[in-house]
Amino acid sequence: MAESKGVMVYAEASQDKLSAITRELMGCARKLADDLGEGLSAVLVGSDVASLAQEAIALGADRIYVIDDRLLKDYQTDAYVAVMGKLAQQVTPRIIILGQTAVGRDLAPRLAFRLETAATLDCVELAIDADSRRLLATRPVYGGNALATFTTESQPQIVTIRAKAFSPAEPDTSRQGEVTTIEAGLRPEDIRTKLLERVTEEVEGIRLEEASVVVSGGRGIGSAQGFKQLEELAKLLKGALGASRPPCDNGWVSEHLQVGITGKIIAPDLYIAVALSGSSQHLSGCSGAKNIVAINKDPEANIFRAASWGIVSDWKRVLPAFSDKVEELVSG
Amino acid sequence: MNMIVCLKQVIDPETPPASFKIDPQSNKIVPPPGIAPVLDPYSEYALEAALRIKDAKGGKITALSLGSDLVREVVKKPLAMGADELVLLEDEAFTEGDSWSTAYALAMAIKKLGDYDLIFCGRQAADWDAGQVGSAIAELLGLPSVTVAQKIDISDGQARVERVTDDGYEVIEVPLPALITVSNELGEVRYPNIRGIMAARKKEPIIWRPADIGVDASELGAAGRRTRLLKLWLPVREGKCQMIEGDSPEEQAVNLALKLREAKLL
Repeated sequence: MAESKGVMVYAEASQDKLSAITRELMGCARKLADDLGEGLSAVLVGSDVASLAQEAIALGADRIYVIDDRLLKDYQTDAYVAVMGKLAQQVTPRIIILGQTAVGRDLAPRLAFRLETAATLDCVELAIDADSRRLLATRPVYGGNALATFTTESQPQIVTIRAKAFSPAEPDTSRQGEVTTIEAGLRPEDIRTKLLERVTEEVEGIRLEEASVVVSGGRGIGSAQGFKQLEELAKLLKGALGASRPPCDNGWVSEHLQVGITGKIIAPDLYIAVALSGSSQHLSGCSGAKNIVAINKDPEANIFRAASWGIVSDWKRVLPAFSDKVEELVSG
Repeated sequence: MNMIVCLKQVIDPETPPASFKIDPQSNKIVPPPGIAPVLDPYSEYALEAALRIKDAKGGKITALSLGSDLVREVVKKPLAMGADELVLLEDEAFTEGDSWSTAYALAMAIKKLGDYDLIFCGRQAADWDAGQVGSAIAELLGLPSVTVAQKIDISDGQARVERVTDDGYEVIEVPLPALITVSNELGEVRYPNIRGIMAARKKEPIIWRPADIGVDASELGAAGRRTRLLKLWLPVREGKCQMIEGDSPEEQAVNLALKLREAKLL
C-alpha cells in the first residue's frame, strides 16, 4: 500500500450549498494539513454535486474528489461506505475528517471498520503530535463529565467533529485547486436499504442551532403550559426555545428542541437556562454559549458552575417579572 | 422473529458531576462510592424496541452483555423486562476494550448464537459515548445496518425504520437479518413487573469465555484495541457565576435584566 499522506474532508451539502459543518471541517482540516506540511482534499459525494467544487476550493481544499452518481442521491450506508472506502484505498489519506451529523455518525465508524482502522467520533479538539505525526483526537466522554484524548496506530485515522467546536474557514475565491472525478462503480443491488421518505420537522421562527439567544427549560418547568411562558420570552428576544432531556421525554416540548449530547449542539450569544439542573449531558450541548444565565431555586444546581449570571429563586416568580422588564428594555 | 439485544453495564450516568472522579495515573474512572452500576439507558431503549416487536409479532429475545464485574441484578434486568435468554461474555479478557475489540467479541458470540433476524444495540453507551459498536458488529457480520432509530415496524421479512436525522427523520426499509441501533426518541421504556422479576430470579445466564466463542484472548478487550486512550481528565468549569440579589424574586429578575442590558446582551 502507498504511503498515507494528506488530510481528506468529507464535505456535506444541503440545499445546493456546502453546509455550516463543512466550513468548520475545512477550517480545522486546513490547519492540520498545514501542520503536517501536506495537502488537503475534499470529497463531494452525491448526485449533481460537482457544482460545489469551487466553493470547497475557496474554503481551502487543494484537490476535490467528485463522486457523482444517481445512486448516491440520498445517503444510504451501503452506497456511501462503498464509494468512500474505494476512494480511501486509492488515495490513501493519512486522516479523514467528517462532521458529527446524521450522515457522519453513521458513515465514519462503518468506513473505518471497512478499512480495518478505527474512528473517533464527536471530537472537540484535534492536533498533530509533532513526533509521531499522528492525529490526537479529544472528545467528551461519560456524558461530558470527562474529556479524553485518543489516537490510533492504523491509517487512515478517521474522526468526526462536533458542530460549533471549530472555527469555520473563511472563503477566498482566489484560491486554486484541482477537481478529480471518480467513478462510483455502484450497482443498485449493492444497496440493501431503501429510503422511503424523508420527513423534515417544520420549525416556527428561528432554528435552535442558528439562534443567537436561546431560552431553555428543564424538568422544573413541570408542564407544556410552563414552556409557553419560556416560548414567549424567546420570541421577545428574537430567539429560540430549547429544553433539556426530561421535558422532551415527558412530551412537554418536541424532542427536536433537546439541547445536549444526543440532541442539538448550540453556541448562542446568550443562553437562558430556567429550572434546569445542568447535567453534564445537557452542558455538552450548550457549553459553547458565550453567556449562560441560570435561574434555579437550588443553589447547588450544577448549571451555576457553567453560568455567568445566576438567580436562586423560583422561576415562576422570576420569569414574569424578567419578561416584563425585558419587554420594557427592548421596546424602549 | 429471533432477536438479539446487546446491553452494557455502566457507571450510573445520573451520578452527580461532583461525585465523578478519575484516577489520572491509570486514566480510569473511579467508580463513585455508594452509587451502584446500572444498565446503560441506551441499551434499555434497544431492548424496549425488541420487546415492542415481541409484543406485536411474538418471537424470542436473547440479551447479550460483556464484562468481568457484571452485577447480577443489573445484567438480569433484561430478563425481568421480558427477554427470554441471557448470555454473558464474562472474563477478564473481555474488559478494557475499545469499540472494535468489544464489537468483535459480541459479533463472534452472535455468530455462535446463529439464528437471528434482528440485532439491536443502543445508539451509543452512556459511559464512553463512542457510538460505534453497532456499526462494527454489522460490518463484521456483513449485515445491513440502520443507526439512531426511533421507531421500527416489521412486515414481510423487512424492517421499516424511522431514523432520526438532524432536522427530522427518514424512513428506511431494510431486509432482515439486519442490525439496528436505537435512540432515546423511541419513547418510554417499560418497568419490569413482579412476574418478570420472579422469572428473572429463577433464570440462570449462559456464560461464555473466549474459548467458547472461538477467539484468542489477544484479539479481545485491552489487547485487541485499535484506539489508544492517551489522556483522561475532568473539564474545568470556571465557577465565575455572579449571583443576582434582590429583596424578592421579582426584584432579582429586574436586576438580572438590567445586568444583561449593561452587558449589551439585550
